[in-house]
Amino acid sequence: MKSLKELEEIRKRTLENINLRKGREGYRIVVGMATCGIAAGARPVLTSIMDEVNKLDLKNVTVAQTGCIGACRFEPMVEVYSPDGEKVTYIKMNPEKAKAMVASHIKDGKVIDDYTMTVIDGKVIDPVSE
Amino acid sequence: MNFYRSQILICGGTGCQSSGSIELVNTLKKEFKKHGIENEIEIVVTGCFGLCELGPVVIVYPEGVFYSRVEVKDIPELVEEQFVKGRILKRLVYHESMDEDKVRSLTDVEFFKKQRRVALRNCGVINPECIDEYLAFDGYKALEKILFEMTPDDVIQIMKEAGLRGRGGAGFPVFMKWQFAKNAIGDEKYVVCNADEGDPGAFMDRSILEGDPHSVIEAMAIAGFAIGSNQGYIYVRAEYPIAVKRLCIAINQAKEYGILGKNIFGTDFSFDLDIRLGAGAFVCGEETALLNSVEGKRGTPRPKPPFPANKGLFAKPTILNNVETFANIPIIILKGPEWFAEIGTEKSHGTKVFALGGKTNNTGLVEIPMGTTLREIVYDIGGGIPNGKKFKAAQTGGPSGGCIPAEHLDTPIDYDSLQQIGSIMGSGGLIIMDEDNCMVDIARFFMDFIVDESCGKCTPCRVGTKRMLEMLERITQGKGEEGDIERLEHLAYEIRDASLCGLGQTAPNPVLSTIRYFRDEYEAHIRDKKCPAGVCQALLSYVILKDKCKACGICAKKCPVNCISGKPKTPYEIDQDQCIKCGTCMEACPFGAIIKA
Ligand SMILES: Cc1cc2nc3c(=O)[nH]c(=O)nc-3n(C[C@H](O)[C@H](O)[C@H](O)COP(=O)(O)O)c2cc1C
Repeated sequence: MKSLKELEEIRKRTLENINLRKGREGYRIVVGMATCGIAAGARPVLTSIMDEVNKLDLKNVTVAQTGCIGACRFEPMVEVYSPDGEKVTYIKMNPEKAKAMVASHIKDGKVIDDYTMTVIDGKVIDPVSE
Repeated sequence: MNFYRSQILICGGTGCQSSGSIELVNTLKKEFKKHGIENEIEIVVTGCFGLCELGPVVIVYPEGVFYSRVEVKDIPELVEEQFVKGRILKRLVYHESMDEDKVRSLTDVEFFKKQRRVALRNCGVINPECIDEYLAFDGYKALEKILFEMTPDDVIQIMKEAGLRGRGGAGFPVFMKWQFAKNAIGDEKYVVCNADEGDPGAFMDRSILEGDPHSVIEAMAIAGFAIGSNQGYIYVRAEYPIAVKRLCIAINQAKEYGILGKNIFGTDFSFDLDIRLGAGAFVCGEETALLNSVEGKRGTPRPKPPFPANKGLFAKPTILNNVETFANIPIIILKGPEWFAEIGTEKSHGTKVFALGGKTNNTGLVEIPMGTTLREIVYDIGGGIPNGKKFKAAQTGGPSGGCIPAEHLDTPIDYDSLQQIGSIMGSGGLIIMDEDNCMVDIARFFMDFIVDESCGKCTPCRVGTKRMLEMLERITQGKGEEGDIERLEHLAYEIRDASLCGLGQTAPNPVLSTIRYFRDEYEAHIRDKKCPAGVCQALLSYVILKDKCKACGICAKKCPVNCISGKPKTPYEIDQDQCIKCGTCMEACPFGAIIKA
């Protein structure tokens, strides 16, 4: 026997999960998972993103994977699309950075500039080595 | 609860299960484990998507990629590409849903574009064995709404304003039945769902029960509240094992959650549901025969009046509605009668589900707004007639219905237009025929079905349909006589007017409508002893075209009764007296030298 309140909670909870099948409203995190990405360690990045989203109980987030993003030397790469369509590209990610990114960018809306790709005069500046 | 990055929806309807969708699920599970991603991707077995022709059908979200005809041997590659590498496996994507390498949304595919999913809204979207998913799609909110905000009269008023008419065949207004039953005096009242679905080739109701059983349960509880009933029965044929299983699961889940049973949501309304299995007799779809069968008696019709609304199940006031009718009700309550009334035509509101079969490129389950034309169904949704053949007729309403010829392709599909042209909406069977179909043979097929299914209680139906069948058989065997058409018509009207129940009253319809539109075909059989479509075996012969025959002798070798003879360099010949008209020679001839004449 469930109360009306409990039913409403079930609705909310299940809808989160089902949202995948409906519109894409919230953040969309895309991990590059071509051979280059996987070789560079994209899988642990993907799973740690999922763990973190789950742990922080974030709503309306989809985590997807994509093929080669085209800049293999910066893999593992993660692209985050915000609800308004803006894209931020994180490069040379690892599980720790990925967790921090979820906590800061997805949860609080603060981009971690240190991990992102910077383009100056048409050239990609690698924040890690430079 | 787990967070999944992706979901894979697999159709678990009867059609896709028989083409192997359950083995797919098992193989998927194994492959996911192998790659260690079993906790990242959820496998959801759903009800019918509608495109049975392309089964097993698989959809992957969030991308919404639509894979068709997926086989077990494809699974390792699919998992590797789609789920490990995140690439779309183009080879398996339904061709229409790819657009220059870009995946199009399912709703952009021709098959779905002209459809509108109301009764099927959850089919192929939710997992039908999980009440939580139904709840998430606003499930049981309509029940909550009426219990807390409305009176039974309000509910009936909504049905009236929505203009919902029965989807089981006759199109009787729902509100009227409910009003009669509510007004009827009785210490107990019953709500019955007709899930007998006896039309040959129809599977609309089965798909709803398999894909969204809770919507029917919710609607039955709503009906119970409206008429003052605490007990419902779903009468479903035992030949629908998957539907029965999912209904049982759904009823148990609803009971567990306190949505069925005593004092629902803490109100003083109580409602319970039970399933009764039918043995699959067509007459048991007729409402009074169905009630007898639920009572445990022989499934034969009762005279009307008294109507079930006054004296139905166990002689108590009873409403009886079809599965699809019920499936429309929760969403009408939630979205309002105006929303529903805007869909469709002036007199036929809402949508209708059809089981599209026969000679179209796409077959399967389609739901269209009323008023859609037959042409749109055949050519846009159905993708046209295969092999460049010409459309000849569409059959609606099964053994109680009629055919619609090419000249009426632009008729809007609604209750009244179909009746005007001599057919009926029916429960949703829609069979498309091309020039290779013989209309006399179609009429004979349906009459044969009726003779088998007539319960025998009344003479006009029991004897009359048998006599009609004998005449039709004679005609298709080339033994028709002048005056047969008139005799058929005469008998048809007698049976229509004198039979006890709808089965007999409508049984002559396929004959009458084929005579109306294809009288020349009847005449060709009777006068010229010819079957223009080349179907009726007795009226056709296989002949070898002398100028095309190369005397290779293949036909003679293949002939099972050795009735083809010939010598090298002279054309072969078929001994027409010995020929059994199996057509093997025609198929075997490498030069196309053998034809049906
Ligand atoms: C021979 C015969 C077979 C029928 N079979 C069905 C059936 O399989 N399913 C169905 O819903 N209605 C069937 N009907 C119609 C029912 O008698 C009844 O009109 C209908 O179930 C009422 O529901 P509705 O008003 O929601 O359409 C049949 C009627 C006849 C005469």
